[in-house]
Amino acid sequence: MAHLAVSDVRAKYGSLEVLKGISFSIEKGEIAALVGPSGSGKSTVLRALMGLTPITEGSVEIASERMNYSSAKEVRAARDRMAIVFQAYNLFQNMTVMQNLTLAPLKIKKWPKAEVEAEARRLLGLVGLSDKADAYSDQLSGGQQQRVALARGLALKPQILLLDEVTSALDPELVGEVLDAIGKLAAEGMTMVIVSHEMGFVREVADKVVFMDAGQIVESGAPAEIFDAPKTDRARDFFSKVLRH
Amino acid sequence: MNYRFQFGVVWDNFHELLEGAWLTFQLGVFAFAGGALIGLFCAAVKTYAPRPFRFIVDAYVVFITNTPALIQIYFLYFGLPEVGLRWSNEACLLIGLTLNAGAYLTLILRAGFISARITEIEAGQTLGMSLLQQVRYIIVPHIAKAVYPALANFFIVVLVMGTSVGALIGVDELTGQAINLSSVNYRWLEYFTVVAGMYVVLTFIASIGLALLGQWAFRVKARIF
Amino acid sequence: MERILEQAPRFFSSKNLWLLLEAAGMTLGMTVVGCLIGFALAFVLVFLRQTPDLWALPLRVVCIIYVEVFRRIPFIVVVYLVLFFIQAVNPNASLFTIAVIAICLYAVAFTADIIRGGIESVPITQTEAAAAMNLSRLQSMLWIVLPQAWPVIVPPAIAFAVAFIKDTALVSQVGVFELTFRGKELNNQGYSGILVFGSIAMCYFILSFPLSLLGQHLEKRLGTPRGQRRKSKIRLS
Repeated sequence: MAHLAVSDVRAKYGSLEVLKGISFSIEKGEIAALVGPSGSGKSTVLRALMGLTPITEGSVEIASERMNYSSAKEVRAARDRMAIVFQAYNLFQNMTVMQNLTLAPLKIKKWPKAEVEAEARRLLGLVGLSDKADAYSDQLSGGQQQRVALARGLALKPQILLLDEVTSALDPELVGEVLDAIGKLAAEGMTMVIVSHEMGFVREVADKVVFMDAGQIVESGAPAEIFDAPKTDRARDFFSKVLRH
Repeated sequence: MNYRFQFGVVWDNFHELLEGAWLTFQLGVFAFAGGALIGLFCAAVKTYAPRPFRFIVDAYVVFITNTPALIQIYFLYFGLPEVGLRWSNEACLLIGLTLNAGAYLTLILRAGFISARITEIEAGQTLGMSLLQQVRYIIVPHIAKAVYPALANFFIVVLVMGTSVGALIGVDELTGQAINLSSVNYRWLEYFTVVAGMYVVLTFIASIGLALLGQWAFRVKARIF
Repeated sequence: MERILEQAPRFFSSKNLWLLLEAAGMTLGMTVVGCLIGFALAFVLVFLRQTPDLWALPLRVVCIIYVEVFRRIPFIVVVYLVLFFIQAVNPNASLFTIAVIAICLYAVAFTADIIRGGIESVPITQTEAAAAMNLSRLQSMLWIVLPQAWPVIVPPAIAFAVAFIKDTALVSQVGVFELTFRGKELNNQGYSGILVFGSIAMCYFILSFPLSLLGQHLEKRLGTPRGQRRKSKIRLS
């Protein structure tokens, strides 16, 4: 049984349908990458999974529980199982790095304080920011903020981690560090759905690539299949443009 | 609560409330206009005059804006007769409100003066404009546009909070009329409910008028709501 | 002038000064209590108003009308309405209570917009990040949004409260023993109007001026970003 199964999910912004029936699934420990042109709805899929963009139809199965986000309870259950890292970091500006990492584990998950703090320090070490625990986000560079955001997501011990273009704001020399961290997570068996424009990164880490355009999945499959032998003209056209450099 | 509302008596005397509203409107317009003249003068002094004059304006503004309009008017009404200046209650109200509005309008207009960018004025000088021409064609339109929303807002403040102070020295503006009439037949709640509604209508008319005026004269959008 | 000089020693007796001090306390007390309660209520109002659920829709309309209407009614009219309404409900209510209720009703209308502006100044992405971690709307408001909104809310809220110290002069009309009321009383006792109302004006000035300076100071201080603020503190010490 799939660890995450998205079935015919549809969503609207006002009268505009932005997701027109999205279906895909991944097994535990797999990484799915959503790729496609801007505005194709990749990020909206992640937002819908987190219950931030309401879905009008369809359902999602997470760790063998099926839900369609129709009640506050279901939305809470989905958010309890998953964590998201945003493109713009969205660190809480009024809190230190440490407080950002420990807020939800302490106050929402109600895990023991000593454990939470030890885990937070371990995660800061993982992303190479052990010395920034007491810094505020306006004292960090964009790249540092994104690594904190990654650690904050991990601190929730999610069953599935959603990454929304997390490397697009990083300095080139920092991308490697973050990719290493993500690679370690993959090795540990972290299930992830990532949205990315960086095809080299996707090819390296993803088990499955989902190519989207205009709110629909055009084709999906293993990275080699999709990148090297796309079946549709739309995908061929897109990859010929983005893989050139 | 077993209070029975009886609005009939209010409607019987409605024309007197309307007269009060008319006086409220006149007082608001005159106090605002007078205050605007004072404010314009003081803002100009603060921007262009030498230090001692600026200090006088500062003292005036700080003192007026940190004391209640009611006390200023009491001072005129109860205090000045002692030095031989005996004005009617309406005159005291109007003079007091004008001086009060003048201080606040100095602040508003001064902000506008500051916003008239130096570069624009310099551009005017290089174009060979005289000071008067600069004022007429560059400074005034610029300031008008910058301060109009604040001015429109302040007019409503004068119209509502300002003029109603008059009721406390017996001026028969809208609130004063409500006090006069309701102390005859004790329908306080009814009179004041109706008067509250009349203030809302009056200020909405004023807001709409100001928005139209602003659009027509300065091409600015003033907020009605 | 001679009259003022002649009356001054008697006017500035310890009894009268004590009376004025007490009255100033009353003025400040009802402003602070009324504005604080009003501020808290305004916060609740704004929070409910922003509730996305359908049941909150009529509430939203009520909130908008409330804010819009109260800004257009003179404070003295509100004072009279509260006075006679409360007296019809509970004839034993104290005048202080009535004054506080009137101030509070007025403060709600004026601070609601300030609070809403502050909350809307915090990027929606902060709320989304909080929601994604299962923080409730209230938790997100208290832990994430409000701490970031304070710098936008506090200066204008203080400015409103300080400005309102002066407007409370109007409740003298219904007999609350505050500064203006005592001033009229002393004037009726035969003291010179110039002396009395000049002194009362000074009392208001002493209350209002330092607080307005404090407000301006806070506005400047809270306006600086957090990082710079901490640095400047270090430099001072």
